[in-house]
Amino acid sequence: MADRLEFSCRCISEGAGEGAALLSKDALCFALCDPTTGTVIEKGHALDCQSVAGRVLVMPTGKGSSVVQADGLYRLIINGVAPRAVVIERPEPVLVSTIIAMEIPLVDEVDAAFYEAVADGDYVVVDATAGKITVDKSAAAGGEA
Amino acid sequence: MELTSFERDMLEGRHGEGMALAMKVQVGTGRAFYAKRMVPITRAHVAASAQQGDIYFVTKLVEGGARCIVPPTTNPSMDLDYIEQHLWGMDESGIANVKASNEAYRRIGAVMTLSCTPEIEKNVPAFGEIVAFSESSATPYVNSVLGARSNRESSISALCAAVTGRVPEYGFLLDENRRAEVLVEVEAKVEEDFDWHLLGYAYPQVYKGGEVPVFSGITKRATPEGFVQFGAELATSGSVAMYHIAGITPEAPDVDTALGGRAPKVTVKITDADLDRVREQFAGEPGPIEYAMFGCPHLTIRQVGDIAAQIQGRRFAVDTWILVSSLTLELADRMGYLATINRAGGHVIPDTCMDVPGCWDVYYDRPGVTESQKCAFYCQVYGQRYAVRPLAQAVEAAITGEVH
Repeated sequence: MADRLEFSCRCISEGAGEGAALLSKDALCFALCDPTTGTVIEKGHALDCQSVAGRVLVMPTGKGSSVVQADGLYRLIINGVAPRAVVIERPEPVLVSTIIAMEIPLVDEVDAAFYEAVADGDYVVVDATAGKITVDKSAAAGGEA
Repeated sequence: MELTSFERDMLEGRHGEGMALAMKVQVGTGRAFYAKRMVPITRAHVAASAQQGDIYFVTKLVEGGARCIVPPTTNPSMDLDYIEQHLWGMDESGIANVKASNEAYRRIGAVMTLSCTPEIEKNVPAFGEIVAFSESSATPYVNSVLGARSNRESSISALCAAVTGRVPEYGFLLDENRRAEVLVEVEAKVEEDFDWHLLGYAYPQVYKGGEVPVFSGITKRATPEGFVQFGAELATSGSVAMYHIAGITPEAPDVDTALGGRAPKVTVKITDADLDRVREQFAGEPGPIEYAMFGCPHLTIRQVGDIAAQIQGRRFAVDTWILVSSLTLELADRMGYLATINRAGGHVIPDTCMDVPGCWDVYYDRPGVTESQKCAFYCQVYGQRYAVRPLAQAVEAAITGEVH
């Protein structure tokens, strides 16, 4: 299947998750998402007004103070609007420890080709434990998958 | 990563599920940064916050049997008794969160200092000491001003470090990562405490990279309070957890040493115009205010003394809150400052943070004054409209009831 592309990655937080890709050029702080909808509320952010709920979040890294990142992500999880998996370019201590503790799959060091191939809305399966990402181009509809 | 047999036992659950979870976070973080091993710590500070996510995690550790090998100091939450006596509109879930957080941290073996300035009292590391400090304003201070070694820990990773008594060895624990790569030529005048607030907030606006900076051109050493605020603003506007100031901080006798003898990767300039831009950004609207909030991070006894001297014989026109550590409150009482401030209608409250949900609802969506850009920035989400002024000017605004 030409539409299904596979890439290798490094596992930081184990597990697997899948959903439509949500691409961000900016680092994200989970506390700046609406806790009930997962919608990013940070003004000027690349994802402003888009929701992380059920998505595979692809972003450079994390940001935010030592406390708010954990609380923000926790609220998204208990409200069922957290991302299913997170793909980052470079690790950042607060994000990494928070995501491991909250048990969301997290990977980095993805093949460079992944970033050329993936588009918003592609259906992405992140198997962090196996170090593998699959991108399904045929599902690209730009919305919920 | 190479683990000792004790560490492997902890990870595999032979010391309980709580300890195993703490090790899992630590080892996972270590692997992410290619740490080769874990190293012991001698101090920790945890950013306990009475927020749901934090309560969830500390409770999970406690119920899994975890107890801290290195008892950490803790961040503030809320002095419930004082708030109940002097404010109204307290939210029940907020009260429950504070109680649950305090209880869980006591059980896990934390020292309930409830202050965000451990680095100047109660938990002061020595030069070269390896520690895990998670309050984002304290971490730059322990790394840069004291020369101790801490990574930028989250509330979670610092708690895991306190529980396991160790941290993965990476980042600022290693000499090569403590050297500066950015040269910041400061042409602005940096003398008073408030100038350090402005410089701290301005630098990450001028340069967004995460490399360690060395500031040159500063001749006057900051006061302890100036350094505390400098770190707080650097960590609010950016994520700076380590810096040098040539001729002032201990690992930077001069620019060359701070740079490790290499040329800077980037050179940036900071002028008075950059500081003025921050001043403007946080100036707020001139006009009446309804409250004053001081102490983000907590004010020191010197600052409380300054406020007492300024208010002597006058009264505050608006609700005025001075947030301090319990030690500072005790000293303020002994020094007579507390009586002076109370007589003027002001509050000095220990153990409390201005960003604890459920505590300050009566001031939401209202205009106020503060000395801290960090306070103004984080309280935006509550609709609080702060005008930020140097402490003495802000106190004057609290006395007249308006900002100019």
